[in-house]
Amino acid sequence: MSYSTTVQELIDQLGRLPGIGPKSAQRVAFHLLKAPSEDALRLSRAIIDAKERVSFCSRCFNLSEGGDECAICLDSRRETRMVCVVEDSQDIVAIERTQEFRGRYHVLQGAFSPIDGVGVEQLRVKELMSRVADEDIEEIIVATNPNLEGEATAALLVKYLKPMGVRVSRIASGLPVGGDLEYADELTLGRALEGRTVLDTGNDSQP
Amino acid sequence: MALYRDHAVVLRTWKLGEADRIVSLHTHDHGKVRGVAKGVRRTKSKFGARLEPLSHVTIQLYRGKGDLDTITQVETVDRFVSLRSDPDRFARAQALLEAVDQVAQDREPDPELHVMLVRGLRTLDQSDAPLVVAAFFLKLLDHEGVMPELEACVSCGEDNPIVAFDPIEGGVLCRDCRRGRPITPEALETLRRILGGGLAGVLAEPVASHTGEVDILATLLMEHHLERRLRAVAVLDQTQY
Repeated sequence: MSYSTTVQELIDQLGRLPGIGPKSAQRVAFHLLKAPSEDALRLSRAIIDAKERVSFCSRCFNLSEGGDECAICLDSRRETRMVCVVEDSQDIVAIERTQEFRGRYHVLQGAFSPIDGVGVEQLRVKELMSRVADEDIEEIIVATNPNLEGEATAALLVKYLKPMGVRVSRIASGLPVGGDLEYADELTLGRALEGRTVLDTGNDSQP
Repeated sequence: MALYRDHAVVLRTWKLGEADRIVSLHTHDHGKVRGVAKGVRRTKSKFGARLEPLSHVTIQLYRGKGDLDTITQVETVDRFVSLRSDPDRFARAQALLEAVDQVAQDREPDPELHVMLVRGLRTLDQSDAPLVVAAFFLKLLDHEGVMPELEACVSCGEDNPIVAFDPIEGGVLCRDCRRGRPITPEALETLRRILGGGLAGVLAEPVASHTGEVDILATLLMEHHLERRLRAVAVLDQTQY
């Protein structure tokens, strides 16, 4: 049995969303049809508002609402000499939750992954380079994911930023808090050893 | 046999659900296999970094009813550290993975291909020789049974001087039959040596004027055989400057 054109169109459009298969699309469509019309309209309005008002920040490519630059770039209390480079806007939210970082961000909008056709030109690397050239930036903190693509992205950034004379650092990686050494994989454990912190230098003569 | 062990190279991974990943592997004894690594994206996962693309591992899988096997244990054999820290070599290593991913068939054992891939990655990890990708593509085509004709003209068979190369014709062409793209004597000689047992010698050579040409010819042949463009090669071209 097939549905009327209008219903089928709704199901097709919902089915194009990530993680929603044909069956789920059908379920959501019927839920919307059964729901009071103000509920459905509120959803449609939210989608329209978000698409109209949210754009990418012209400086850092974070999501920005109703303006050219995002709230973080416009915030005058922020440290402008530190820039944290992340893969996606969601990563900014994660770093902001730590309340440890008061600088600005730069969103690459992806990670270096040749097998998926993502190279330097698909990432916002050139934009980062022109920021380093134009703004008074002292340190770039590379906070890409600690996986294969993220590490390759970090190496790529080093290659492009090296000639520009800016300090480039990488967020540390190691064992998760509450983890178990025995089950740690070699790579993570190796990195944890490499980036160990000194508890005591052993040079103090007095206790 | 529900549980089995094998050597494998991780070709690609895709996210699945909340914390899982589908991992595409090329194994020694079971061909290309896709498995599910449960909870691999959690920070406390016991698999951790072992199942990222480019890893050479020993692996235990459970063969269920569906297409996807379940990965139960993983141990690292090779980590290929230099491939991960150099963006250029990383892109080239991904070109090898992409080519193998395209050529290999699901659950069709091909131990020779597996060994070739591991050797290719090891060579790239240790030496950064300019022609590793080109040589790998040519050897892969040879393995697939579609080695190009490099001795005499493919069209007339005469022993005339070779001037052109055409992937559609499947080899080199003489002045009278020429089609496709021109080929220099140095590039032709290099192709012959790669396929004729002189691989080690070719890999030991530094970048020369014909290196780029050999690279392009090998990629053309590979893409012609696969009937699609290799994405990693396209990215590779923009990384080099």
